[in-house]
Amino acid sequence: MSTGVVRPPLGRFAAQHLVARNYLVYRRDWVVFVTGFLEPLLYLLSIGLGIQQLVGDFVLADGSRVTYTEFVAPAMLAASAMNGSLFDATFGVFFKLKYEKVYDAVLATPLRPVDVAVGELVWSLLRAAVYAAAFVAFMAILGLTGSWWALLGPVAAVVIGYAFAGAGMALTTWMRSWQDFDFITLAVLPMFLFSATFFPLNRYPDGVQWLVQLTPLYHGVVLCRGLTTGALGVDLLVAVAYLVAMGSIGLAVSSRRLGTLLLR
Amino acid sequence: MGARPLGQTADRPDVADPPLDVLVHARGLRKSYGQLEAVRGIDVTVRRGEAFGFLGPNGAGKSSTMRMIAAVSTASDGSLRVLGMDPATDGPAIRARLGVCPQDDTLDSELTVRENLLVYGRFFGLSRAEVARRADELLAFVQLGDRAGARVEQLSGGLKRRLTVARSLINEPELLMLDEPTTGLDPQARHLLWDRLFRLKQQGTTLLLTTHYMDEAEQLCDRLVVIDEGVIVAEGSPAQLIRDHSSREVCELRFGVDDHDGVAARLAHLGERVEVLPDRLLVYAADGESVAQAVHDLGLTPRSTLVRRSTLEDVFLRLTGRSLAD
Ligand SMILES: Nc1ncnc2c1ncn2[C@@H]1O[C@H](COP(=O)(O)OP(=O)(O)OP(=O)(O)O)[C@@H](O)[C@H]1O
Ligand SMILES: [Mg+2]
Repeated sequence: MSTGVVRPPLGRFAAQHLVARNYLVYRRDWVVFVTGFLEPLLYLLSIGLGIQQLVGDFVLADGSRVTYTEFVAPAMLAASAMNGSLFDATFGVFFKLKYEKVYDAVLATPLRPVDVAVGELVWSLLRAAVYAAAFVAFMAILGLTGSWWALLGPVAAVVIGYAFAGAGMALTTWMRSWQDFDFITLAVLPMFLFSATFFPLNRYPDGVQWLVQLTPLYHGVVLCRGLTTGALGVDLLVAVAYLVAMGSIGLAVSSRRLGTLLLR
Repeated sequence: MGARPLGQTADRPDVADPPLDVLVHARGLRKSYGQLEAVRGIDVTVRRGEAFGFLGPNGAGKSSTMRMIAAVSTASDGSLRVLGMDPATDGPAIRARLGVCPQDDTLDSELTVRENLLVYGRFFGLSRAEVARRADELLAFVQLGDRAGARVEQLSGGLKRRLTVARSLINEPELLMLDEPTTGLDPQARHLLWDRLFRLKQQGTTLLLTTHYMDEAEQLCDRLVVIDEGVIVAEGSPAQLIRDHSSREVCELRFGVDDHDGVAARLAHLGERVEVLPDRLLVYAADGESVAQAVHDLGLTPRSTLVRRSTLEDVFLRLTGRSLAD
């Protein structure tokens, strides 16, 4: 017997329905959503009000002069994109995978593991983008944006989120318990402090600079800082390539691993 | 096994596709988890419109088989066609036309009862309006209309089961797969579910279910296979299985003594067969009443005597030497 051509029942945007499912859940949990805005904003205010007076201005690579707050703000933007997207892609996915068994039900429908991975990733990115948009708006209000390129801040946040959410989700598929997530915290905290976030790369010891340049958040910071200060360079393209590659590998690994775990 | 599909080349599954009215066609199907062989070469043919059952004890391989058919688990060996397609390559297209009620409820506990149906229906590509219409219909169908806004966590086990059944129907499946649909339900809830499943069958839905309740199998299944340790040990309609593998009647005897084996030896000639269970003796015979009389005539005084018709339980005991219940 032949049934003729078998068309995929949903087409390639099947993942959107998982995004819609997450939205439905989070609509009720808007408090969690709102707290995501606050953390980077508080950092920014504390730096702007206090530390800036102690530190003085900075001269960027292209010779332009910026205040310390203008220097740190884009790094906060990058860091919040990292944190915001990681949360859903790691804890969120683990919870649904191991406890809620959401994906067992999802995979009984026409959706495939890759749709699950894409859906969760897109959801993480939507969150990161919304946070970033709000953050950039605050920066503009506080006069911290030196360029119209800053409007691309949310796009940068999405690229950064893509890298971290993809990699985070891939790692999550190997997690056995909540304790294992300490490894992620262990990786994230030093990155947050030492990715040229609070002081420029040339202040690091020579032997450490190359190490800093290997970390993904460093590239995220480069990207955001270039856009909000308007000091554009080739390093932004390198950063985008790095982050996109990281996210794509993470996504591919995630969807394979979800298939192995769920379709036993 | 007994029933071959319409005299087809069933022994060479790769040669010919099964006919159109065959929804599930498995030959030599196997499933291993590492060293453990859960399903060890089974042949199954499920035709459109019938209610087909897998009857077997814990660990028999029922769920493993169901998951392979539902295209959520890859077969280790053998051939499998579901709705004329290969689950290994056409999983999404197959799943689009199946309704699945897994053994463990996989309801979304972060959503309400009604949202569970809405979200699930959207996974099948149904429009919002269509999903909303079906959700309300289905909630009424399983009598959950008044709980539409409740969180899933607040539902009892039986209500969750009913919601899972409703959810499995959201895409109006051609083949409805139910893995132990009534385990854990009270008698009233079981009968409600049976009634609903019966109605679906009347409407032409093909049912494929697993159970370890013989009454359920007898109530719902046109045909069933008895499965034990990953292999099929018998196949047929409930009545046919009972006819083939058991006597018409059974005389159940409970003695107060521990020496059931000794008593069994004295009764052996009274029936076709005697089974010794931990708490009772079963004498299989065409006429149970005359067995009871004969026991009495032997001077034996059982504490209780019960004459009943043979059931699938007896078939199972006969075929596997074990009771279904344990
Ligand atoms: N994912 C798995 N990984 C490893 N072993 C498994 C897995 N699923 C099932 N098994 C094993 O395979 C065997 C058959 O299990 P299965 O769930 O198919 O039985 P079942 O007939 O559905 O039993 P029950 O009536 O208890 O539901 C069991 O020994 C079980 O432990
Ligand atoms: Mg089972």
